[in-house]
Amino acid sequence: MYGSARYRREPIGTHPPLDSPAYASTSKRAPRCAPVRIEQSLSEITGPRPCVTVAPAEADLTRWAGDAAMGERIIVAGRVLDEDGRAIAHTLIEIWQANAAGRYRHDHDRHDAPLDPHFSGVGRTIAGANGAYRFMTIKPGAYPWGNHHNAWRPQHIHLSVFGPALATRLVTQMYFPGDPLLALDPIFNSVPDGAARARLVAAFDPELTEPGHALGYRFDIVLRGRAATPAVG
Amino acid sequence: MAPARLTPSQTVGPFFGPALVRSELEQMVDAETRGARIAITGRIFDGDGAAVPDAMVEVWQANAEGRYDHPEDRQEKLLDPHFHGFGRFGTDQHGRFRIVTIKPGAVPGPRMTLQAPHLNLSIFARGLLNRVVTRIYFPGEPLNQTDAALNAVPADRRATLIAAIDSAGASDSYRFDIFLQGDRETVFFDI
Repeated sequence: MYGSARYRREPIGTHPPLDSPAYASTSKRAPRCAPVRIEQSLSEITGPRPCVTVAPAEADLTRWAGDAAMGERIIVAGRVLDEDGRAIAHTLIEIWQANAAGRYRHDHDRHDAPLDPHFSGVGRTIAGANGAYRFMTIKPGAYPWGNHHNAWRPQHIHLSVFGPALATRLVTQMYFPGDPLLALDPIFNSVPDGAARARLVAAFDPELTEPGHALGYRFDIVLRGRAATPAVG
Repeated sequence: MAPARLTPSQTVGPFFGPALVRSELEQMVDAETRGARIAITGRIFDGDGAAVPDAMVEVWQANAEGRYDHPEDRQEKLLDPHFHGFGRFGTDQHGRFRIVTIKPGAVPGPRMTLQAPHLNLSIFARGLLNRVVTRIYFPGEPLNQTDAALNAVPADRRATLIAAIDSAGASDSYRFDIFLQGDRETVFFDI
């Protein structure tokens, strides 16, 4: 009925275990039963392609409500690829982040850092035919959270990516090189494999940097690739 | 092409709402969508039975004929230009979500089987370091007996995947609560 290859199983140690005690919120929310493994079917090798119209301006978070946002302008760019290094074309990428002071524009963010009237912290874009994407934004600030005594989240940008199938859906966070808070962060450190963890850290990239305007950071997003043998029926 | 290594998942956190929960993404059907209209309401609970007010549910489903709007689905069934099969819903302060859609048709399963009508769900929340994946099936469907995914689940846990007819609502109203943990923990799938 369908002859397409299924998606590879995800390598052990790449994704965080749902039950990660150092991240306190997992204790009541992580399922206790092991997930039931099922054979991928048409339901999993197809997947949503949200029909949204995205304006080019949505990839530029540095201006909002008529004026420039405060903080250090940065460029975040990269490619969406699969595990074989193939470009994933035309997929929706959604991002959200705190402002330069470490505050989200969200009713439940109680951190007493100032809101910036010219920063929404929300952006979207659609990757190009070669998987390339590019955002212009403000470097987010670190902020405290209630996980443990004197807990601070490292600077990060949240990303949501669809890819071609239900099996490839990914929500993640991008971090910045050299951030001293990374070593202390239970969310970042929930990724068991050190090499996998390092892939969540963007690379400073002089080539992406715009003279006189903004530093550039490269962050490639790699989604599941397909198994070598096509599935039959 | 050089091989590339998978990007790890991280939690969606508590502040995704303004970026991800948008009214345009809650509209799965319009007046011309083919198929029987259904509404599925539910709540998401944690291991203490407390509502999860900062979760997000994503739906992926076939159309009324049983075809996904996707190039990998090459069945000779009609596509519906008024139905694309995706919807995204945030939970409210009571952990509640409400999906208004059409009942999907049956789609092929592994090894020439036919799957029972179902909605595929991805659930994201603060405290979930990766999404969890489940399915909503419908009560009284003969295909539920032979569905490959349902049959991969121990018999005593299958009921967590089958929506209940919502006696408080119309006949096309269903109830599907999601328990992340606890005695009634919902079955989640490793896909």
